[in-house]
Amino acid sequence: MAKLNLEALRKLREENKQALEIRDTENKTIQIIIGMGTSGIAAGAKQTLKAFTDLLRERNLTQVSLRQAGSIGLDHAEPVVEVRMPGMPDIIYGKVDPKVAEQIIEQHIIGKELLNEHVFDRPARDIVQD
Amino acid sequence: MAFNHYILVCGGTGCESSNADKIYKNLKAAAEGHNIEKDVQIVKTGCFGFCEKGPIVKVLPEESFYVEVKPEDAEEIIGEHIVKGRPVSRLQYREAGKENAGIENISFYQKQVRVVLRNCGFINPEDINEYIARDGYAALEKALFSMSPDDVIEELKTSGLRGRGGAGFPTWRKWLFTKQVEDADQKYVVCNADEGDPGAYMDRSVLEGDPHSVLEAMAIAGYTVGASKGFIYIRAEYPLAINRLKIAIAQARELGLLGDSILGSEFSFDIEIRLGAGAFVCGEETALLASIEGERGMPKPRPPFPATKGLWDKPTVINNVETWANIPVILTKGGEWFAGIGTESSKGTKVFALTGKINNSGLVEVPMGTPLRDIVYNIGGGIPNGRKFKAVQTGGPSGGVITADNIDVPIDFEHLQELGSIMGSGGMIVMDEDDCIVDVAKFYLEFTVEESCGKCAPCRIGGRKLYNILDKISKGKGTAEDLEKIQSIGHAMKRASLCGLGQTAPNPALSSMHYFADEYRAHIEDKNCPAGVCTDLVRYTVIEDKCIGCGLCARKCPVSCISGEKRQPHFIDQDKCIKCGECFNACKFDAILRK
Repeated sequence: MAKLNLEALRKLREENKQALEIRDTENKTIQIIIGMGTSGIAAGAKQTLKAFTDLLRERNLTQVSLRQAGSIGLDHAEPVVEVRMPGMPDIIYGKVDPKVAEQIIEQHIIGKELLNEHVFDRPARDIVQD
Repeated sequence: MAFNHYILVCGGTGCESSNADKIYKNLKAAAEGHNIEKDVQIVKTGCFGFCEKGPIVKVLPEESFYVEVKPEDAEEIIGEHIVKGRPVSRLQYREAGKENAGIENISFYQKQVRVVLRNCGFINPEDINEYIARDGYAALEKALFSMSPDDVIEELKTSGLRGRGGAGFPTWRKWLFTKQVEDADQKYVVCNADEGDPGAYMDRSVLEGDPHSVLEAMAIAGYTVGASKGFIYIRAEYPLAINRLKIAIAQARELGLLGDSILGSEFSFDIEIRLGAGAFVCGEETALLASIEGERGMPKPRPPFPATKGLWDKPTVINNVETWANIPVILTKGGEWFAGIGTESSKGTKVFALTGKINNSGLVEVPMGTPLRDIVYNIGGGIPNGRKFKAVQTGGPSGGVITADNIDVPIDFEHLQELGSIMGSGGMIVMDEDDCIVDVAKFYLEFTVEESCGKCAPCRIGGRKLYNILDKISKGKGTAEDLEKIQSIGHAMKRASLCGLGQTAPNPALSSMHYFADEYRAHIEDKNCPAGVCTDLVRYTVIEDKCIGCGLCARKCPVSCISGEKRQPHFIDQDKCIKCGECFNACKFDAILRK
């Protein structure tokens, strides 16, 4: 990558802003965000990530992008996964082991229904978007 | 097909015990009654916090937040809100007569305001593009191209930001001292990521979740004070944070956001990582700088302060991770915006690591001045298993306890000091009635004795003496003079120790003695540990009337000291008993007495 000047940085920011909103650049409209901080990993987030990777490949769900992030701070509910998709509210799921990961794919992504017992509250509003 | 509405019924322990299940069933029945079960999905959730106001019901997508819901309210929620689209206002949560000044659009029930943790859990820390998309490096851009160094300091002054490492020194002033040194051929910027307090992990989470915010802030400081080099001092026990920092630094260099002539300006700045070996004292700034220089990490007397004579005797700005993470936001959103959050003297937010006897452990970021009650009951979801709240230790081994009497005191730098505790880095360890205060104080003293560098006598000798006295008290060998000794040694250490470690080491003992004098007296006079923790003072005996002779305790006992016939009262052999409490926990008939 070339070194950025001021113009290039601004351009890059605009491009990425749209991409972060919805990654339709590759036709990916659904995002699954997995918390991969130390507390998430300690609670088994790596296994959860692997389960999602395998499931998406098996079911050929090409419109789903898997993203990794740091910890959202809900340590008691780790592994924490956020699902964002059109037509559904953004939902944070807690205590997502490989089995629950499968339920999320089946029920939330394909069936457009929320899972029972795994929804957690968003800790705070996003000050960057406000 | 998707639903039009989702109703979330909190299924945390607190709400569950106050009829959440019945509410859930009634909502389902009401939805079926109105024939709209195809339009609305009703689910039970994990704990939402806010247990004081439970049961909680939330309606998506409009985010209506209903509190203290009763099973008989279900029909109204479905009939009025879902069918007719009129939210039930009598159930909606209202803030008791106060609005968070300056943040009009904050969601009305959410207690948290995430400034430091704005990106944590949302962006990929290993992809600089995602940080840039969230206004990343916009603050650096603003500083370099439209602000003078004086402007930046002025903005910080307006914001009122104070150091988040614990002592709360105004950040703008620190930067100004370094900026004002004119005859230095080299200046440095240092990030203190040597978080060592037991139970504190907010810095680690920031570095793991949003490393670029720290890099960007350090570059801004470099520009402001005239430094061309930065160091991040981080403990080697944080491999994931170190790895992500390395990736972040490499990506920033590649894009020219670190290195020579950043963004085509005349400003050059680069950052290196230095690993600490995990000594608690190396979080003290002068010891930290000695460690970077390759010396043994031991503190030096101040003044001279690092701001004028720091790393290799050059002027050095040194701030903690959380302080750094605030800075980009202050520049992009303005100091005024930041000063709108918090209290008169303490601006902004504070991240706390909430651990111990609490339902929802985790990282909590609240405006300064939020009372402890909100943190423990509204965010933390209260104490598990219906136990009673006893106290919270803030500020780790340098802090003190906040008791139930002070649970409504707003938490900021000044109020905590008045209570005999400190803000510290932000560890918050919740204790319930099963925790012994003497034992807790002993634990912290053990830690500081272990971590004392030994350079000055008050800390090296005083700490050990204090620990020995506490140990004696916990074994039932304490005397009334011991309490006076703790006072005199403690105050001597506070006055005479070289650095913050020794000066604050007595705090847990002094503070717990002040607030729990009766518990100390029970250990000394009655030879009794009310919480049943100090093993030398505890005896487990069988209450014969209650024992049905099921033998469960005998099977659980790891040293086989419980004997008895089937269906006959059992007996504990006191000589063999190791006081582990397994029998007490196992018995379903409360037939074991602990005292």
